[in-house]
Formats: sequence, structure tokens, C-alpha cells
Amino acid sequence: MKKKSTSTDMTAMCDVAFLLLTFFILTATAKTPEVLPVDTPQSTVQTKLPADNLSTLTIGKANGKTAVFFDLKGKDVRKKALEFMADKYNVSFTEKESEEFGLMESFGVPIQNLKAILNMKAADRSKAGQPGIPKDSLDNQLKDWVLYSRKANIEVNDKELNFAIKGDAKEQYPAIKQVMDILQDQKVNSFNLVTGLRGKNF
Amino acid sequence: MAELNTGDGGGGKGGKVRSKKQNSKVDLTAMVDLAFLLITFFMLTTTLSKPQSMDLTLPDKEKDPKVENDIKVDENRTMTLLLGENGKLVRYMGMLEKPLAAPKDYSYGKDGIRKELIARMETVKQYSTAKGKPNDGIIVIIKPSKKSTYRNLVDVLDEMAIVGVNKTGSYAIVNEFTPEEQKLLEVKK
Repeated sequence: MKKKSTSTDMTAMCDVAFLLLTFFILTATAKTPEVLPVDTPQSTVQTKLPADNLSTLTIGKANGKTAVFFDLKGKDVRKKALEFMADKYNVSFTEKESEEFGLMESFGVPIQNLKAILNMKAADRSKAGQPGIPKDSLDNQLKDWVLYSRKANIEVNDKELNFAIKGDAKEQYPAIKQVMDILQDQKVNSFNLVTGLRGKNF
Repeated sequence: MAELNTGDGGGGKGGKVRSKKQNSKVDLTAMVDLAFLLITFFMLTTTLSKPQSMDLTLPDKEKDPKVENDIKVDENRTMTLLLGENGKLVRYMGMLEKPLAAPKDYSYGKDGIRKELIARMETVKQYSTAKGKPNDGIIVIIKPSKKSTYRNLVDVLDEMAIVGVNKTGSYAIVNEFTPEEQKLLEVKK
């Protein structure tokens, strides 16, 4: 009786495997370090955050104080929002700075200091000690960021912008409420709370 | 599995010197193993990196203070949860002046407030069925105090989602605190 060879031809399998591997490597986006690291509370809810038309408001402690950082998805939307903000606050940005802003992650500085942050290297930004976006009644830039990024998103994507609140678990409720109030003042009554995954056994 | 050895089993039969044919097959098993391991890694990391989120819809803020639309709520169906400092959680049923169930401390999680919520939902359901409106569920009023943390709020909202309050009843976040409620959170630390 002829002994059958146990080895199979793996070339095709190898081809497929590497094709898929290449695909996943290319689609995976490198995770940039967060400017304001927060420890989100856990929940058992399984819904995922939408990937676009989203703005994330991060609430956490920066230098011992509660700070709000702002993030907006989509390069064109960001550039448009910056344009609106520059108009409103009489700050001008060069083409290069605007381009840089389009690629940047979240930030937390008053718009007057944004230029300095934009001219930094990406790695230095998280060390710059960003104080958060002003949000008190005298200088409510956060409100304007929210308003103008909504406008920008409607102009670019023709869709209403969604808001996600990413708060630190230890943050006290009034800090969260203040941000919710800013959103609610603009009739944004529905938003997402970013949470981590919790085990089934909770 | 090794395929690299050339088939030289028979030993040189006869005097003919034949140039040895090299076996061109290379064992790909290890390579495929590695490739699939990496695929699994990248697949899992891409889907898991999307953060989870919890939807929260708040009612419209009333701009005009004159327009008061107090909705009358059946006290038998309301449960109030007060969130305090250091994970303190107080619940009472009905109105605080004459509560159906006196204020009591609970802990978060499945052995604490969840059991109570499920039990109360059942009693409310019986009450509503007796009144002929079986679709009226429990109404949970969540009152986070100034000293409660964001974690407490999310925990309670999560509890609402687990128990499924929204299927029959509803829940709301209310910010106003009466002095009596404030007192409840302060005493007995």
C-alpha cells in the first residue's frame, strides 16, 4: 500500500493569510497617545461609538484642575471649524497651521494659545501642560467650539454632529453637568457617554 | 513534516550517477502559523479599539421659567435614587414626606440596588395591572449630588440599562435637591 504524504501544499493558504495580514495592518490606525489621559467608568452596554460625525469632549484632571479637551473627527470638518473660530476670535492661522490642526488629535488650550501648540511637535504636545478650553461664563470658548464644529460638520458632511462625553470616573458630577449644560444650551440633548467594558458578572 | 530532505531512500542503485533533484517544497507551516497569529492580533485590536458608549438623552431645557409643565406622576410608581459621596446610594419610594418605602442605603452592583430595582419593578407592575394600566412601569428619578462622581452616575445608568427600566417605565436625571434630601446624604457616614 502506498503511503500518502501527510504534508499539504500551504502556498495558497500562506498567500491568503498574508493578504489579510497586510489588509489589517494597513487599516489599523496607530493609536496616538492621549493628550489628557482619562480613566473612563465601566458599563455593560455594548453599543459602539460612531466613527465619524463625532466630537469628543474629554473631561479630566490637568494639573490638578478639571479641564475639558476638545476633539473633532474628520480633517475637513476640523479645518472648517478652525476657520470659524479664527473669524470669531480674530486670530489668524496660516495654511500650514490649519493643515496641522486638521491632523491633530484633541487639544485643550484657549484659541489664543493654539498657534503655539500647532507649531510644536506631536510628541511635545502632551507634555505642554495644556490647561483645558475656557468654559466659564466670561470666556466660554467651549461653547463656540461646539457651535462652530456643528456648523462645520453640516457644511462639510451635511449631517448633524454627535457628541461624546469622555469623563474621568473620579470626576465630580458638577464638572460633567457643566459640559452637559453647554451642550443642552444648544439643544444638543442626546449624546454618548464613553465607557469601558465591564465583565458580565457585575 | 520536514520536506527539505531529498528523497534518497533507496541508496544508489546501479552505477548511474544521477544528479540529485532538489525538492523545491519548503515547509510553510510555521510561516502560516505566524501569519494567522498576526491576523488574529490585528483583527482583535482594530475592533476592540473602538470605545464603547452609552446613549443618554436628556429632556429639553426649559428656557422660560414661567412655562412650568409639571407632569403629575403617580407617587406609587416613582423611585428616587440619591447619589452621594463615596459611593453612597440612597433610595426611597414615593414622596419623601410620606414615603412608601423609607430611605435606605444600598450598594452598587448586582447584590445591592439591582435586586431592589427588580423587586420594585415587579410591585409597580402589579400595582399598574390592578389599576388596569399594565404598561405603566416604574419611574426612576436619579439625583446626583454635587459630591457624587461621574462613575456613580454611569453605574446607575448602567443599572437602568441592565434591569431594562426603559422597556416599561422611564428614568430621568434631576438636579434639584431639597434640603431634606441633602440631609439624607450627609448623616450616617
